[in-house]
Amino acid sequence: MAKKSLLSSLRLLRPRDGCEKEAIAGGWAEIRCGEREWEDFYRRRWQYDKKVRSTHGVNCTGSCSWDVYVKDGIIVWETQRGDYPSCGPDLPDHEPRGCPRGATFSWYTYSPVRLKYPLVRAVLLEMWRESLTSQPDPVLAWQSVVEDEEKRVKYQQARGKGGLVRVTWDEAATLIAASTVHTIKKYGPERVFGFTPIPAMSMVCYSSGARFLSLIGASLISFYDWYCDLPPASPQIWGEQTDVPESADWYESSYMIVWGSNLPMTRTPDAHFFTEVRYRGAKVTAVAPDYAEYVKFADTWLPAKAGTDSALAMAMTFVIFKEFYLDRQSEYFTSYAKAFTDLPFAVVLKPQEDQHVSERFLRASDLGVDQNNSQWKTLYYDVKSKSFVVPNGSIGFRWNEEGRWNLHQMDSESGEAVDPLLSFADENDGWVSLRFPFFDFHGAEVRIGKVPVKKITGDGGEILVTTVFDLMAANLGVDRGQGGEVAEDYDDFKPYTPAWQESITGVAKDDVIRVAREFAENADKTKGKSMIFLGAGTNHWFHNDMTYRAILNLTTLCGCQGVNGGGWAHYVGQEKLRPQASWAAIAFGLDWRRPPRQQNGTSFYYFATDQYRYETFDAQHIASPLADGGTDKHLADYNVIAARLGWLPSYPQFNRNPLDLCREALESGASSDEEIVSYVVDKLKKGEVSFALEDPDSPENWPRLLFLWRANLLGASGKGHEYFLKHLLGTNNAVLNKEGEKKPEEIQWRDPAPEGKLDLLVTLELRMSTSAMYSDVALPAASWYEMHDLSTTDLHSFIHPFNPAIDPPWETRTNWDQFKAIAEKFSELAATHLGEQKDLVATPLLHDSSGEIAQPTVKDWKKGEVEPIPGKTLPNLSVVTRDYPNTYKMMTALGPLVEKVGIGSKGIMWKSDEEYEALKEKLGMVAGSGITQGMPELKTGKQVAEAILLLAPETNGRTAVKAWGGLEKKTGLSLAHLSKDREGEKMSFADLDGRPRKIITSPIWSGIESEDRMYSPFVINIEEKVPFRTLTGRAQFYQDHEWMLAFGEGLPVFRPPLDMQALGSTEITRGAGKEIVLNYLTPHSKWSIHSTYSDTLIMLTLFRGGEAIWINDEDAASIGVEDNEWLECFNVNGVVMAKAVVSHRIPRGKAFMYHAQERMINTPGSKLSGMRGGTHNSVTRILVKPTQMIGGYAQLSYGFNYYGPTGAQRDEVIVVRKAGKVDWYED
Amino acid sequence: MKIKAQIAMVLNLDKCLGCHTCSIPCKNVWTNRSGAEYIWFNNVETKPGIGYPKKWEDQALHKGGWEMGSKLRLRAGGRPAKLLNIFHNPDLPGIDEYYEPWTYDYDKLVSSPQKKHQPSTRPKSLISGKPLRLKWGPNWEDDLAGVSSTGSGDVNFKRLEHQIYLQFKKVFMFYLPRLCEHCLNPACVASCPSGALYKREEDGIVLVDQERCRGWRYCVSGCPYKKVYFNWQTGRSEKCLFCYPRIEAGLTNLCAETCVGKIRYVGVILYDAEKIVAAASSKEEPDLYPAQTELFLDPNDPEVVAEAISQGVEQSYIEAAQRSPVYKLANDWGLAFPLHPEFRTLPMVWYVPPLSPLVKFFEDSDDDLDNPEVMRIPLTYLANLLTAGDEEPVRLALRRLMALRSYMRSKRLEGEADSGVLEKAGMTEEMAEEMYRLLAIAKYKDRFVIPTVKKEKEVNLYCEQGAAGFNPHGA
Repeated sequence: MAKKSLLSSLRLLRPRDGCEKEAIAGGWAEIRCGEREWEDFYRRRWQYDKKVRSTHGVNCTGSCSWDVYVKDGIIVWETQRGDYPSCGPDLPDHEPRGCPRGATFSWYTYSPVRLKYPLVRAVLLEMWRESLTSQPDPVLAWQSVVEDEEKRVKYQQARGKGGLVRVTWDEAATLIAASTVHTIKKYGPERVFGFTPIPAMSMVCYSSGARFLSLIGASLISFYDWYCDLPPASPQIWGEQTDVPESADWYESSYMIVWGSNLPMTRTPDAHFFTEVRYRGAKVTAVAPDYAEYVKFADTWLPAKAGTDSALAMAMTFVIFKEFYLDRQSEYFTSYAKAFTDLPFAVVLKPQEDQHVSERFLRASDLGVDQNNSQWKTLYYDVKSKSFVVPNGSIGFRWNEEGRWNLHQMDSESGEAVDPLLSFADENDGWVSLRFPFFDFHGAEVRIGKVPVKKITGDGGEILVTTVFDLMAANLGVDRGQGGEVAEDYDDFKPYTPAWQESITGVAKDDVIRVAREFAENADKTKGKSMIFLGAGTNHWFHNDMTYRAILNLTTLCGCQGVNGGGWAHYVGQEKLRPQASWAAIAFGLDWRRPPRQQNGTSFYYFATDQYRYETFDAQHIASPLADGGTDKHLADYNVIAARLGWLPSYPQFNRNPLDLCREALESGASSDEEIVSYVVDKLKKGEVSFALEDPDSPENWPRLLFLWRANLLGASGKGHEYFLKHLLGTNNAVLNKEGEKKPEEIQWRDPAPEGKLDLLVTLELRMSTSAMYSDVALPAASWYEMHDLSTTDLHSFIHPFNPAIDPPWETRTNWDQFKAIAEKFSELAATHLGEQKDLVATPLLHDSSGEIAQPTVKDWKKGEVEPIPGKTLPNLSVVTRDYPNTYKMMTALGPLVEKVGIGSKGIMWKSDEEYEALKEKLGMVAGSGITQGMPELKTGKQVAEAILLLAPETNGRTAVKAWGGLEKKTGLSLAHLSKDREGEKMSFADLDGRPRKIITSPIWSGIESEDRMYSPFVINIEEKVPFRTLTGRAQFYQDHEWMLAFGEGLPVFRPPLDMQALGSTEITRGAGKEIVLNYLTPHSKWSIHSTYSDTLIMLTLFRGGEAIWINDEDAASIGVEDNEWLECFNVNGVVMAKAVVSHRIPRGKAFMYHAQERMINTPGSKLSGMRGGTHNSVTRILVKPTQMIGGYAQLSYGFNYYGPTGAQRDEVIVVRKAGKVDWYED
Repeated sequence: MKIKAQIAMVLNLDKCLGCHTCSIPCKNVWTNRSGAEYIWFNNVETKPGIGYPKKWEDQALHKGGWEMGSKLRLRAGGRPAKLLNIFHNPDLPGIDEYYEPWTYDYDKLVSSPQKKHQPSTRPKSLISGKPLRLKWGPNWEDDLAGVSSTGSGDVNFKRLEHQIYLQFKKVFMFYLPRLCEHCLNPACVASCPSGALYKREEDGIVLVDQERCRGWRYCVSGCPYKKVYFNWQTGRSEKCLFCYPRIEAGLTNLCAETCVGKIRYVGVILYDAEKIVAAASSKEEPDLYPAQTELFLDPNDPEVVAEAISQGVEQSYIEAAQRSPVYKLANDWGLAFPLHPEFRTLPMVWYVPPLSPLVKFFEDSDDDLDNPEVMRIPLTYLANLLTAGDEEPVRLALRRLMALRSYMRSKRLEGEADSGVLEKAGMTEEMAEEMYRLLAIAKYKDRFVIPTVKKEKEVNLYCEQGAAGFNPHGA
């Protein structure tokens, strides 16, 4: 503090009128007037020079607008910006959105953990420099290093152990570019991979690497399914990835069940709507295994044992189905069910052992109806005409015809209005016994239920059908007076009753009955304003789809979906990228080349890290007792089949370099792209070319290069962390596991398993994360306070910007500039080594393309069941020309396909010619000669952001109105009115800087964006009658794909968590000592957003300063552990060391390790592994589920981050014991 | 009657998310510097728990605040006692009771040479620079961490069997954000041998004069909330300044501005300064809360207004007081309570108690929404925290929150407002509607009603306009 100056002393002498010092508190204290100049001490701290609007591009769905304060040229702190447009006078506003994590971000700016310069692994750098002296061509120099096995092993084994040294940007970019060119040349462009998650959190940054990599033909890896945040139930039920209400819509709800979604912790900026709506009279029920933060706000707590949620949901379904559909009929529910669900649709029954089983939906083709796509048109029974009719709206109407893909309750043939019959109970040709699969902790059984049937004469003779409604009733075991295995009442200990669930979940049956009743009564009274929040706590399990389907039953049965204040609210991992179509065009280089390569993450990592080699059970373990064969395969086999049939992507594609294949085809006389394709198909058929996935451990099929940006794969999302280290990276690891006994049939097994598949791992990062630590090259990235970008989320409907408060400090660069540097160097080296080439791109049968009706039955061309036809029985095959030397030019200019072909998403396309012209003016045109001359320039992140804004219907009203055209044609509905009143709006970057703006309604999304109401998903489906993108066009309770039925998942049922202890997770030799086996749960953390902030000093100070695991106090006592002691936690997958947090908040039998605590902070060594303790993922291994691999089948069709197997890990168990004195392994 | 104005705060614990966003901008702006590392002007604690510093509520241990003998006196003793101990303050909490602040050798992660094992960094003390085994922190008990054992030291379990509530079956928790109470009868000010602490005339903010402080630290021990801290670098005490540089500009405090749960309300309270000693000297502890509400003057009472004007209270302050959310929550509706009124400091940061899940359910749901006794958080616990053990006012507040919910539900679902449920809780429809708007809609302009500073009488503004910011202190 400054010494008092003369002047200030003089100021004290000034008289002050009407203000005198006085004593208070009986003379003990004083109120002082004057002598207060010192107060400037704190005033001066508060003063600042400027504040700038920015945000945090972090994977949290927050998308909060912040002010960043700069004082004396230094970023000093941040506070929330509160100027979101108001929600109106009768609703709470969004301000202030933010959380404690975000409030600490400025710490990173100057922190010692920041990456300031490009770093390369010293041992590799030495080899590279040495090689360059004898071989000045960087590509050949790289080749000489990487093809020398001894050298390769040496630098791979050094991964993760420090020893990164500073280089220049030029040297780093040259090394990366050389490696990329070499890989393309030798192995093929798809052997280069890129991983970055969640575009919405900073869409320009996502685009940087994605655009460069897509242009060169590399493969981008998905995240949403890999994170297991994708709820596969959503595409299964609605054909929609995830669409949810914005947080302000919670305020419309009057009954909420919060089910495994920790709103105050993970939706911090939005949680106030949840707390506030209680004062509007909303009731709240919390389903949580522990006394979680959200339980604090509930009226009722249902402490269901973790992982048993579907039992609870089935019991609630039982109550609601009985009381609101059978004992009495809620008029609202019934009319909703008829119009918007598959409940009235007819399902074919097949005889089995004197009884029947349910099979496929009845199709128009079954009745010989001659219509376009009759195999894909489903039927129900119409009360009016007393006949089965083909109503509008099923998926068959979506392709190759126009005007009838809508939800008008209409006979598509006659055009007459129809009234579907929900149940055949009162109008049937008898009741039959139906066999249903039933699962519990003891295994699978068959249960018998009675269903009313109708007999129809079809093409192939008599067909027995019932409705989905009747299937549901029989499966639930609700007594309809016809016998079967039914429950007498709620107290009957038969499957799916409240009494039955009590034995599984531990929740009192009376509470379940009451909550189910309240939920449904509320929905009945309010026409659907009952809401269920669900998230990672329920979705990260192996049977996540069945748990979600069981829970979502409640919302669909009660008519809550598509209603403001009602329906599901799932907020994990997906942050809605609102200007999706325009962003995708730029991010994936669709303005230049189509299609891009997009790989599903779970399959990729499952094979690349060889986790598939450690499977301990085959599919029979989870199959339906009704399945007739084909379910005893290794889980990897299903993935190979899925790839082969075009259901899932699989890169590398084939066991050959696709550039070589094209060249070979041309040399063999192919004269067109079509002929190149047929050349390759022929080779596939003959077995001369095979899918790389059929031999994933063969060196030519390894992934060779991996770029990570905005991603901490190794410190956060890499489930099976130790397998990553072992097989992908080839460095020290703590895998304690043995390979599984059962080997896949579809895969060439290679011994020993490869270690160290990656030639080069590159991380572009802000800070020294675990991923950066294990990378060969770490490039310093600009932070979110140092760049231009855009941010959106599903939690609010605003779009708002990032702005630089300072220029990137040290040698950091924005992601966009980082990849530009790499692209520039790459283009230079490519001119010598690659030139222009043809590339054969295989892509799966995509959701929202005609490929989604490619395979009505499962037929494998490899087994000779059908011919291999690209796009039908095989993946699509396209020939793409790669102009490698022009990569940099293409990256930095908006290409012509936007104008010529157009852009779009979800099956809707429109031309962007006007916008393209406008962008030339707005962004400026590329000067200088070359292929991009005169095109709109994309040199800077801000230009990219402006291009996204102008091309997107969500931010350009004119485009929105135009975009509806395609959907209007397809559906025969009038829809453009939804955007008409905002046609004149065009949001520029400067507009958003002024204030966040609410986006415009567009056909890409299922809800309405408006000043008058909050965003709720499926509102357009319900109010405007646009079909759901499913087989029946309605929300589906029933899944009729062959594989679904084979695994017993036709209808939602209870599926218990896998018993990982019985499956061998704890089979490790170890010394004596007290220990306990606990189910290992890894919820989202309170003190970080994944691994970001987990290392900031403030967050570490606000809890326990490093890795911690929560256990129950009685469990702790049983192994002699006290709070804050070190624990050694392990299973066959590896070891994690952490401090014990002992609390009575945690139920017995569970360990909570809040995820993504970096292993570089306060992590001691483990005696068991002889290594430093790992991450939360050191004890996990992913479990893949065959039904999630299905493709080419209506809503069960692949989409990038949209559908596909999820990386589930939450069924896992660990052994926990006291670590005693720990060693720090400082050497 | 001596009318004074204070800018006071109410925190609605029923909405608190326990997210700590409030603490962080506060830390970043005010205490993110050497000597202040362990200082959190604003912190958030999980209840039950013993908090930061440990057991701060236990005055048998810490000797903070006031006590009643024949008359009101500092619990730690008056001036003679202080002089005797001036070089050794026996009631000062040790650093371990706060926590020893730490950091990590982060740069070693970046610059480490290649090693046998992956580099990792351990905590090291910010005081000694040596490796530190972490044993406590500003939020060590977050979400009941370790509380199965520490919880037995929570004084709010008085008259309750704490063991019952420290097991999974009966678990409960809520959050308690804490800052300086800016008391009407501040024990810290009274404890200072140097006269360095004072209460500001215009807004009642209590400050430590950084020029006059001599570092005796009697304010630290005297404050029963342990919200004055010693900066070991400057050798002076520092405390929450209620963000006066913002308040003067009509902006709310950083902790309130950034509160994403929107639980904080800031506004003007007019009070009668002549009654302070009498109120703080209430004989029975449960009388302290009602006595303090009686100090607060009704800003809409014409007599109060006339008197305030005649005593020179600024018109803008009077108008702000009339729109004050704090007065409504504390006096009009009886929803907010002082924290530990038995400390007798007459704190000016008040709390709305939290609802919690019902432990049992009766068929007649109306009964539930009327009955705080069936909630997880024991009423006794809340009363020990907020009303010196008197359950009745807390019960009424909780009943009002429940009645509000019930009434609003009837309006929304049944299309017919059930005013009967309000009557039972002593509420009118008008009151319920207004309460709803403040608690639920909670617009920014209604949460914070803060007049800008009036300096006309204090300085020559004509001169100051050109001189503002040319501060010799900062030079």
